[in-house]
Amino acid sequence: MNSKLLKVQGIKVNYYCVCKRKLWLFSKGITMEQNSNRVLSGKVIHESSYPRMKKKEVLVDDLLKLDIVDGEYIREVKMSSKMSKADRMQLLYYLYYLKQKGIEKKGLVNYVKEKKIEEIELTAKDEKEIEKVLKEINKVVTAKTAPKVKKLFYCKKCAYYELCYIEEE
Amino acid sequence: MNKDYYIFSHGRLKRKDNTVYFIDGGDNKRSLPIEQVDKLHLFGEIDLNSKLLNFLPRFGVMLNFYNYYGYYSGTYYPREKNVSGFMKVKQAEYYNNHESRLFLAKTFVDSATHHILRNLRRYEEVSKEVIEGIEKERNNIETTDEISKLMGVEGRIRKWYYKSFNEILKNGFKMNKREKRPPNDPVNSLISFGNSLMYTTVLGEIYKTQVDPTISFLHEPSTKRFSLSLDLAEIFKPLIIDSVVFKLINNRMIKKDHFDNEEGICFLNEKGKKKFISEYDKKLKTTIKHRKLKRKVSYQMFIRLECYKLIKHFIEDQTYKSLKAWW
Repeated sequence: MNSKLLKVQGIKVNYYCVCKRKLWLFSKGITMEQNSNRVLSGKVIHESSYPRMKKKEVLVDDLLKLDIVDGEYIREVKMSSKMSKADRMQLLYYLYYLKQKGIEKKGLVNYVKEKKIEEIELTAKDEKEIEKVLKEINKVVTAKTAPKVKKLFYCKKCAYYELCYIEEE
Repeated sequence: MNKDYYIFSHGRLKRKDNTVYFIDGGDNKRSLPIEQVDKLHLFGEIDLNSKLLNFLPRFGVMLNFYNYYGYYSGTYYPREKNVSGFMKVKQAEYYNNHESRLFLAKTFVDSATHHILRNLRRYEEVSKEVIEGIEKERNNIETTDEISKLMGVEGRIRKWYYKSFNEILKNGFKMNKREKRPPNDPVNSLISFGNSLMYTTVLGEIYKTQVDPTISFLHEPSTKRFSLSLDLAEIFKPLIIDSVVFKLINNRMIKKDHFDNEEGICFLNEKGKKKFISEYDKKLKTTIKHRKLKRKVSYQMFIRLECYKLIKHFIEDQTYKSLKAWW
């Protein structure tokens, strides 16, 4: 399949980098985010930051939800920079997607609580990587069963923690 | 975690702008913090406006109605938010296959029996004969090949169990026979009232997950009830309700004057219901350090965890093993 045709939500690119099991579960509609206080506080931060920006929550093709469109920049608001690799990939994917549509933009990840901003530009190398990731995402979400639990240092903070780790002796 | 609200007074529950108010018969107005509400339980005679019914689903708030006697009559169930067609299909497959349906039904009964025995062993007064009788019957669970036969095993276990209530209960409380429709003595009415609450609690937890409450395994999926809620309640009734009943009676927290009797129907009066609910709520919020999760888990959360294990079972991730209290 041509990776240029593989369209996914931005969050799936993010989840792919964070945890493939989470990506699989999420793609099957098995979501846990609604029960997580951490996710809720992230949502509040989203809604309360950058109140003066006019173009917030811009929906592209009913698929991508861009946090903020600000001139030549697409901005993504995040709570913490712990998962900066995943955040970067998500934004690169947005830039890549827009580029396919003939729109060239740059990106900014805003870590509001840390008052930190990371600037991102899409290079040819990044494009190759995004294409590879999209193919991998497709492999994960079309698998019949979920990838097994893999212990990661951030599992305990994840909204899926209880689901993944509950078992009986 | 959000709270459950119980309304006993008569009055009117309404939404005005973005606030929910309860106005009682004496025109006292009270607002409810809707964002912190998990479920609403209406015991009084209450008028509602449709604006309220349009508002509640936005917060996933369930409205549970109880009749004059305090027994469950129905739920205003908010629009499903956690839908997974994939999960639903998988869950239905497990129902449709005799073997896999039986497997789940058996584990529910086995877990219930584990909690029944756990209760009985706490009381020296309970005879060895009863415990051995139940243990023997428990061995039949494994070899049963029909749901109806399994129901039979369960019925016999319960018969032993309820018979021993008279050895456990003090302060003049006796139970002749488990009588549900309608309960005719105080002990029966306590159990029935508790089971109503258990049903709505389990339903509330199922709602927070992708498990479908209508596809059940031990109970036949019926149109009258969310029958998976009945399945899971089996596990938790002896663990939560019965221990609350024992505590209320044996510690003299509930007395004969907490009950009313009308035409052979025995039921808790308002004071009695409030006593029960306050103990029940306390129990649900009690936490245990989970030996696998390594974090504190409330009794209420234990119910949700059963749903999570079912999800893993249905998606062929991990075989379901029912809860058996170890603490």
